[in-house]
Amino acid sequence: MKLNTNSNVYTFVYMTIVVIIVAVLLAFVNQTLKQRQDDNKQLDMQKQILGALKVDFAGQDPAKVYEGIIAVGDTLKFGEKQVFVAHLNDSTVKYVLPLAGKGLWGGIGGYLALDEDKNTIYGVNFNHESETPGLGAKIVEYEFREKFEGKQICKDNVVVSVAVLKKGKTCEAGEDYQVDAISGATITSEGVSKMLNEELTKNYKEFLNVKPIEEKEAQDVESED
Amino acid sequence: MLSQKTKDTLLGPLNANNPVVVQILGICSALAVTVQLKPALVMGIAVTIIVAMANVIVSLIRNTIPMRVRIIVQLVVVAALVTLVSEVLKAFAYDVAMQLSVYLGLIITNCILMGRLEAFAMTNKPWDSFLDGLGNGLGYAIILVIVAVVRELLGSGQLLGFQIIPQSFYNAGYENNGMMLMPAMALILVGCVIWVHRSINDKEGK
Repeated sequence: MKLNTNSNVYTFVYMTIVVIIVAVLLAFVNQTLKQRQDDNKQLDMQKQILGALKVDFAGQDPAKVYEGIIAVGDTLKFGEKQVFVAHLNDSTVKYVLPLAGKGLWGGIGGYLALDEDKNTIYGVNFNHESETPGLGAKIVEYEFREKFEGKQICKDNVVVSVAVLKKGKTCEAGEDYQVDAISGATITSEGVSKMLNEELTKNYKEFLNVKPIEEKEAQDVESED
Repeated sequence: MLSQKTKDTLLGPLNANNPVVVQILGICSALAVTVQLKPALVMGIAVTIIVAMANVIVSLIRNTIPMRVRIIVQLVVVAALVTLVSEVLKAFAYDVAMQLSVYLGLIITNCILMGRLEAFAMTNKPWDSFLDGLGNGLGYAIILVIVAVVRELLGSGQLLGFQIIPQSFYNAGYENNGMMLMPAMALILVGCVIWVHRSINDKEGK
């Protein structure tokens, strides 16, 4: 007997079987590769943090270099956000702040390394999901990231962040608080600017406003008066 | 070694029956990934593998597929393969996967795949379908590479990330062409490739 491949019953059964086979196959592959993928993600994050800290790990295992600089669990938690505390080889302490925002086509993110004064930018690293290659995607290149180094994020104890502006424009806070945008990638540049502003003035407010102990005590006394 | 028919199946799509410049399929991804050579190469390879494999699978089950839902079955096969390739890339070539980002997933909507499945794999044997997929994938890859070479060279002065145009040119007043980085320029370049291709093939035909 020849099956009627055009009957409704056959079509239903056929589709059900096809979909089940595909679902099982994909679930199986996903489960088998998950560990590797997570390891890759973890390694990628560590590499990006090392990039923000301007640590050269060429020829070395990045995971080992990372562990030497940021000890496991050496993070400060502020709500949902966490700050990594890095001890560099020249015995300086840097804080690394993970960032997340939106670019033109999709999400952008990055890591901002601050000096111990929580004000001066030591280094920065950006990543993106799908910015235009050759334009917005240039935010990952050192040429662009370099411009952030030495810039400041606080003015008169108020977090003002760093603005990414078109060449020739200046922001209110002054030159120490701005960098040039990438020409041809206006929206991505604005996205970086907005991401920094939102993360620093909102999500990391608590971290950035923590003052050295003596100052805090002095303030407490004042408020009691 | 190969019969004339198999030869046509494999090599036809590279020139006379090229999916991009003759059938005008898969144009949108050709615009998206050709700013630089490396993503274009990886995309070309990924599409070649997926279209060849999808062709074989659909060809194997072609007699069991209910005609009324054949497009859905083809889509399921392609989607499963694309997801599979994307998972494998994430596990073994994380950098490449990140670079291709959404375009890898968008292979599902590449007209070349559905076109080949519907036009060839549904009516031909697995081995022929495999060759057809290989040929079409490579035909697509060739065009991507041609466009990407022009765009990266003139747009950023580089190829595969290496500086090709020397600094002395820039010192003498040469500038990278920003237009090359725009998607519109890819379309114009594809148009130029079609122009050249047609004028050569016309002469041979006459």
